Amino acid sequence: MSNMINAGVSLLEVKGLKMYFPVRKGVPGKSEACVKAVDGISFNIPAGETFGLVGESGCGKTTVGKCVLRIIRPTDGTVLYNGTDITGMSDRRFSKFRRDLQLIFQDPYGSLDPRQSVSSILREALVSGNKKFSSVEIKERIAELLALVGLDPDIGGRFPHEMSGGQRQRLGIARALACEPKLIVCDEPVSALDVSIQAQIINLFKELQKKLGLTYLFIAHDLAVVRHIADKIGVMYLGHLVEMIDSEELFTNPVHPYTRALLSAVPITSYDVERVRQREVLQGEVPSPINAPSGCPFHPRCKYATGVCSEAVPELCDCGGGHFAACHHPLAGC
Amino acid sequence: MEDNNLDNRLLTVDDLHTSFFTPSGEVKAVNGVCYYVDRGEVVAVVGESGCGKSVTQLSVMKLVQSPPGKITKGHVWFEGRDLLTLKDKEMRQVRGAEISMVFQEPLTSLNPVLKVGTQISEVIMTHSRCSKKEAWEKGTHALEEVGIPDPARRMHNYPFEMSGGMRQRVMIAIAVACDSKLIIADEPTTALDVTTQAQVMELLMSLVQKRGISLIIVTHNLGLVTRYADRIYVMYAGKVVESGTARDIVTYPKHPYTVGLLQSVPKLDERKDTDLIPIQGAPPSLLDLPKTCSFLPRCPYANELCGKLCPPDLREVGDNGHFSACHLDIGEVEE
Repeated sequence: MSNMINAGVSLLEVKGLKMYFPVRKGVPGKSEACVKAVDGISFNIPAGETFGLVGESGCGKTTVGKCVLRIIRPTDGTVLYNGTDITGMSDRRFSKFRRDLQLIFQDPYGSLDPRQSVSSILREALVSGNKKFSSVEIKERIAELLALVGLDPDIGGRFPHEMSGGQRQRLGIARALACEPKLIVCDEPVSALDVSIQAQIINLFKELQKKLGLTYLFIAHDLAVVRHIADKIGVMYLGHLVEMIDSEELFTNPVHPYTRALLSAVPITSYDVERVRQREVLQGEVPSPINAPSGCPFHPRCKYATGVCSEAVPELCDCGGGHFAACHHPLAGC
Repeated sequence: MEDNNLDNRLLTVDDLHTSFFTPSGEVKAVNGVCYYVDRGEVVAVVGESGCGKSVTQLSVMKLVQSPPGKITKGHVWFEGRDLLTLKDKEMRQVRGAEISMVFQEPLTSLNPVLKVGTQISEVIMTHSRCSKKEAWEKGTHALEEVGIPDPARRMHNYPFEMSGGMRQRVMIAIAVACDSKLIIADEPTTALDVTTQAQVMELLMSLVQKRGISLIIVTHNLGLVTRYADRIYVMYAGKVVESGTARDIVTYPKHPYTVGLLQSVPKLDERKDTDLIPIQGAPPSLLDLPKTCSFLPRCPYANELCGKLCPPDLREVGDNGHFSACHLDIGEVEE
């Protein structure tokens, strides 16, 4: 069973993950091209840690999350959960793992059934979990879950529309926790929230991780948020992982030109730093993933690009200390 | 007004009140807001959703849907005229020609069944006497100015054929096509990716600087404001709670709400293990605002006195026109 965490093995290991979506045109639906949403991504998350996946819209970060949860089956590559390959597994066998892997969505409005009350939403998650509960136990457990995410226990009879955005996201978290998961994929869990509420939820994520020993795959577009919560960060661009870096080092030592540009595009709320900071405004737009550029996916927008960049796809190279970058001309630390 | 340089004043909003009359009662979305914008100045209005920042701007443009919305009190002085007393027809001359607006979601503010070119030339033809052909040419020029490659071809595109950043550029092109004196940008980059956001903001700023246009940025993004704004107004529950230069607000905030807001933003350049300090609770319902300071229930600095006094008025707390609406002096407690 999956209750035991094997020591020394990463809780989640993703190897060479590829997800191509065919593009069909015309009535017969012959596939003419494919969207390379995720094109060969590998990373692993040790138990109890947080891996942050950042990138702009369309870079494939959500697709990675979906593949990890087996919501979609990847074209190629493997996902190892606790040392077991879950990509090729039968649905029946996988159902045991399903409870260990949970998902928290971006939109707390859309991911909660508007016709179900809070306690009924949680009850449903509990009943489908690993354990059998008596009705008394379910009530206790619901109260426990609500307390865990900082919701008032009296809220049980309410419906999602009667709650604020922050409360709804807390409910979404409680629902994910109902099955006592080991790994939670958080897909943009705070981007729909206001800043003051966002900070509450980020702190809740950190607190829960400490309390329950959770492992997170944290997907977001906001670098500052990801840096705050993640131990390690993967930067994605057009389906490729371009840099993997310790979150402490993200700001001080990025070597990939895209990571740099991304960082410089995020304004900092510190007047004296911000007004003198050098900005690198990227020109152009992210190319379509249907006909992605040859070689390095970033080369058409990269000011350091040379001939080799349009020919060969750069491999992820070790820059030391668990810092990887896929670039032919990595920049020196700043 | 505290400033003597009145010739330079472009827009003055004075004690503006806007309410929405709903079945459950009067929602006071804007509750006595005062601010001003000088010529060539970049002013930011910051606040969280529901604080009335957008409704304030819509009131200035007289675009609040009525019913249920109504501007109940106040003045909006724009170049010596009170916009609120203008007739609809006169107001239409102001909108688009003298004050333009850039909205958050370009896909919903552009007409999906009309070509981009048609939409730009429509605005130009409304405000200047010119033929269709001239308007089209001017429109092409405007697109070129906002950095859209191949503008002549793009004029024939429909909005859905463009990317988000491109659409926002079209909105900006429409805003600058008629040489407006003031652009109100309501969350101009919230729907965009960070790198596109940087592109669009740099474009907007370069146009503003080149033409001496005044700009009001309405946003919840404190970083954006730090980077681009000259002065900042912080709004909470329909009121301005703090105003001052960007440097003062970001570096020496005086109002507990501003302090809280700044502390709750994750910072890129900060050590990771410093915990975020969120503001507890949630904003009050605008249906029944507390009789006291509206931030009181969430304020970590509040004392008994705050619960007894009337809502605080803006008072001067520093040089360079730094105002804060708080009974307390919390500047020293900070950091």
